[in-house]
Amino acid sequence: MTAPTLKRTPLIEEHRRAGGKLVAFAGWEMPVQYAGGIRAEHEAVRSAAGVFDVSHMGEVGIDGPDAEAFLQHVYSNDVAKLAVGGAQYAMLCNGDGGVLDDIFTYRLAPARFLTVTNAANHETDLAWIRSRAGGFDVEVTDAADAYAMLAVQGPIAREIVQAIADSPLPARMRAASRIVLGHEALVCGTGYTGEDGVELLLDPEHAPAVWGDLVRRGAVPCGLAARDTLRLEVCYPLYGNELSTGRNPIEAGLGWACKEDTGFVGSDAVRRARADGTAQKLVAFTIDGPGIARQGNAVVGGGEVTSGTMSPTLGVGIGMAYVPRERAAVGEAFEIDVRGKLRQAVVAPRPLYTKETDG
Amino acid sequence: MAEAGYPDELLYHAEHDWARVDDGVATFGITWFAQDALGEVVFFDPPEVGSSVTAGEFYAEVESVKAVSDVIAPLSGEIVEVNTALADTPEAINDDPYGDGWMVKVKLSDPDETTALLDRDTYVAGL
Repeated sequence: MTAPTLKRTPLIEEHRRAGGKLVAFAGWEMPVQYAGGIRAEHEAVRSAAGVFDVSHMGEVGIDGPDAEAFLQHVYSNDVAKLAVGGAQYAMLCNGDGGVLDDIFTYRLAPARFLTVTNAANHETDLAWIRSRAGGFDVEVTDAADAYAMLAVQGPIAREIVQAIADSPLPARMRAASRIVLGHEALVCGTGYTGEDGVELLLDPEHAPAVWGDLVRRGAVPCGLAARDTLRLEVCYPLYGNELSTGRNPIEAGLGWACKEDTGFVGSDAVRRARADGTAQKLVAFTIDGPGIARQGNAVVGGGEVTSGTMSPTLGVGIGMAYVPRERAAVGEAFEIDVRGKLRQAVVAPRPLYTKETDG
Repeated sequence: MAEAGYPDELLYHAEHDWARVDDGVATFGITWFAQDALGEVVFFDPPEVGSSVTAGEFYAEVESVKAVSDVIAPLSGEIVEVNTALADTPEAINDDPYGDGWMVKVKLSDPDETTALLDRDTYVAGL
């Protein structure tokens, strides 16, 4: 049974009614799947549309005259390049270049930013961001309770949301305030599935009505399990799997989200890692033959699997792993110790799934 | 997935395995409860024909999208056949757990072990 101390999103009753299997995740009671099953949910997102309750994710507001300069100091990306109405992915690094979290930030106004954090890291992110704010004229706000968050993803996701929005939805990697089903929502052209779609940040009070309407219009309720298989097929990193304080962005292949010239916290370490190379590199792989590797399985010769599953779209075992850098090239074969059995794996191009060739 | 059900004619192990004994040879599989808890099965890793299994110990692995799980042998003996069709259609374990989803056939080394297994009602009462 689930402990009563778990936090619940405003959609808990919707999940129960849809046959959601509720599990504990990062301190929240969340649906891992619904009655139709993971494969059906995954397929709905690849071929039509799915809707995910991601209200467990946290939000942090950063406002004030020094907001840009402050975020330039704490976030790895070049925040000065983030225009009003834009979205930007970045790392929150510690002084050693270790990754505290990976985050999405929306610039709502010249001196107003909203950052989305991972649920498990929200409190520590907030404390870290606040601890670095000395000397900057900014206000850092915990906005986690102010928002429910719905991700509507899939080739017809925009069409479904557009039907209940007052004006055209923002493009990919853009964010804008819209009236959705009669209420204001921040609509963001972002997601975690490799499909087109939007994420909606809205007042928790209105979330059940919006959820219900999206489902009536054909968006299939999708749980955490499908979110994981979808993101893994397109090789998006997951904090706690690919990312941790023990790994820097360079070895995780996220150097593109780091602009060391901004002098962000951890930039010296990231600069060194980029210049010297890292002992290991994150790679995507497919399993050659039967079986599935899982998080924590050892790579023979050094390294470990960070995520692994059976790809519903490709029908083979897939995953990501840290391997020695000299063995990280596409096509390199390596072995994974899967509970005492050696499975053959091959480094594969990222993403593992692309619409052009498979869709 | 199949409807929930537990056939009367089977013997059950509390770890959610079933056995159908016929003339000293038993067919093993997992129960409706087990496949439902696992979710959609994507891979069955069978033992080798000729290997021996011991009651209460694992003999195979079954993987769902979510997790990998050991399959416990309800009885002891020697594997005489494995369900090779599961290599291509592991979902049969969900769709037909007592039929096409059978896993192995075992020549029993100690047929008296069946007395330690549960009848349907006892097993279902423990769920």
